[in-house]
Amino acid sequence: MEKRDIIQSFKDSLFTGLIALALFGPIVGLRTVSKGEGLFITPQWGVVFLLVGLCILGRFLINLNSARKTEITFFSKFTSKFSAITEDKAKHFAITGILFAVVFPFLPFTDRYFMDVAIMILTYIMLGWGLNIVVGLAGLLDLGYVAFYAVGAYSYALIATTFGWSFWICLPLAGIFAAFFGILLGFPVLRLRGDYLAIVTLGFGEIIRIILINWYEVTNGPDGITGIPRPSFFGLPFKRSPDEGETSFHLFFNFEYSTMHRIIFLYYLILVLALITNYFTLKIRKLPVGRAWEALREDEIACKSLGVNPTNTKLTAFAIGAMFGGFAGSFFATRQAFISPESFTFIESAIIVAIVVLGGMGSQTGVVLASIFLIGITEMFRDLEQFRMIAFGGAMVLIMVFKPKGILANRKPTILMHGDKK
Amino acid sequence: MEYFIQQLVNGITLGSIYGLIAIGYTMVYGIIGMINFAHGDIFMIGAFVALISFIIFGLTGVALPIILLLVLLIAMLFTACYGWTVEKLAYKPLRGSFRLAPLISALGMSIVLQNYVQVSQGARVKPMQPLFSGGLEFFKNSEFIVTVSYLQIFIVVLTIILMGIFTYLITKTDLGRAQRACEQDRTMTALLGINVDRTISITFIIGSSLASVAGMMFVLYYGVIDFYIGFLAGIKAFTAAVLGGIGSLPGAMLGGLLIGLIETFWAGYVSLEYKDVAAFSVLIVVLIFFPTGFLGKPDIEKV
Repeated sequence: MEKRDIIQSFKDSLFTGLIALALFGPIVGLRTVSKGEGLFITPQWGVVFLLVGLCILGRFLINLNSARKTEITFFSKFTSKFSAITEDKAKHFAITGILFAVVFPFLPFTDRYFMDVAIMILTYIMLGWGLNIVVGLAGLLDLGYVAFYAVGAYSYALIATTFGWSFWICLPLAGIFAAFFGILLGFPVLRLRGDYLAIVTLGFGEIIRIILINWYEVTNGPDGITGIPRPSFFGLPFKRSPDEGETSFHLFFNFEYSTMHRIIFLYYLILVLALITNYFTLKIRKLPVGRAWEALREDEIACKSLGVNPTNTKLTAFAIGAMFGGFAGSFFATRQAFISPESFTFIESAIIVAIVVLGGMGSQTGVVLASIFLIGITEMFRDLEQFRMIAFGGAMVLIMVFKPKGILANRKPTILMHGDKK
Repeated sequence: MEYFIQQLVNGITLGSIYGLIAIGYTMVYGIIGMINFAHGDIFMIGAFVALISFIIFGLTGVALPIILLLVLLIAMLFTACYGWTVEKLAYKPLRGSFRLAPLISALGMSIVLQNYVQVSQGARVKPMQPLFSGGLEFFKNSEFIVTVSYLQIFIVVLTIILMGIFTYLITKTDLGRAQRACEQDRTMTALLGINVDRTISITFIIGSSLASVAGMMFVLYYGVIDFYIGFLAGIKAFTAAVLGGIGSLPGAMLGGLLIGLIETFWAGYVSLEYKDVAAFSVLIVVLIFFPTGFLGKPDIEKV
């Protein structure tokens, strides 16, 4: 490296430092604190200088490295190798993954915390697979998917608390309700182009949330619904001391009572629900309607000229995606036994869309990897409560910058006109 | 009738704020065809910078007009830095990749900015003492006195001035011509010797500074901000941009005014709780009948 280059990159780093000073100076450096009746400013220059110093150093190192351009190629080489491996061995990978998921609760290191995280990841995987039908297959950007999740959760909670029906009756009903809402929203708006659709679905998600907050008579407003019945193991509840005339799970099978039973049951429940979603998606991709979705995603005008009705086709995708969102919502309600509008904010939609896109749109395995990665990152930062969402957002930006097509870029149509080359 | 006029005045004030944010959305959409999701958070950062500088200058005891001018310039400068950096870090590397990539990156950036302000400034709401007081009163002998506060006049006049400067910038200067050329055809513009990257950066800088002015107005008008204001204001402003026809600058201002009016009238006459629902419902209805918004160019699909 020549001397001039070093001077140049040094100047560049100083400029970066100047920008960093402008960025962090007011927002980080001058912290506003309420004291008594007014706001006062507490300077924190130490943090600012640390951040600016880090920016200068980081930029300088990047500049020194950019002559060689090693790590970026290394990174993309690594990920492309990775996707090539999973591509070839997709089936093995899937089977190994499912086997691992099945034995996971009985592994020696698995404790309550791991199980909770695993259930959360599986919920997101299921939501991701559900949304993948809409975004990945049909190519419709839905930024309000959480609305269907909320509809599912609330209809489950309301039906279960009002009529006292069992989980297995309420679950399909919640799915049907969510699908109905999907059709209700989809019918007027699915004629819109991509970005308009995105913003309208976003607005719809907000509308549902605002209604949930304000419609006290039914939804109990911001206080939410409590006392949602827990699921039972085919009629056997998970209770230490069952009611008169009932046999609980541990008595029936003669186990020692443990709260883990219920957790493990919930884990398998969401695993089965997620796998059903996956199986359904894989099958429907091969049916005429699934092929129509993929065709629409690739070229809408060509579809129209071939006699595919775009609105109806999109509507089916929207409704089916919504239905799986509703299933996941009922599961969420029964797991938490308490739901409130707090759980259905826009950020949830953003996380689900991020999982689908980061995974590589249309790739089922990608959704799994992205869920594990994103939820894992936020869990790793759990101790640094405040920073976990920064890490989450940062990870979204970084993955997109380095792998714009997602971790597993698999946008191949299921069938090709001239047959698969392989 | 008097109540109606009062709501009209309030709606126009609110609409000016939405309109200024909407311009940032519509410009970015016009030039690179992406929804800049982080724009609402840029607006929020503008509001914070304005709040901090109001506190600092409040201690010095300078005359109010000078404070306003200084705060305006400072907020624009620092917020523009944010807009510029966000574009460089999160959107520039993604130019030319598929459609959803920049959107996801923008969503991530929005999450980062929101939580960054939450961490550095605290999650509590920040109240500010009102700087303006008083106003003009009309219909004094009727039951309901219509008040147009000096602050509302300031906001509307400042918006009109900025819109004037901005329209001049876009229609008459070289920069504006370069921008409009980039909107039509980026490759051709680059071939004609215009630095496209620089033009896009400047677009972000202008959009962010207008958003920061809106942020300053927001601080003055509501007197209280927190790190979350960017989200709702952002999506409403985007709704405004879509309503007016995305990509069209007068459309953004018109859409902003409409959203402001709809929101205030809905809150005034129908129900206060559901005021946010009104804006979105109107959007859905409008898009069904005018798929490209009011002033948008019809979109011709080619094979």
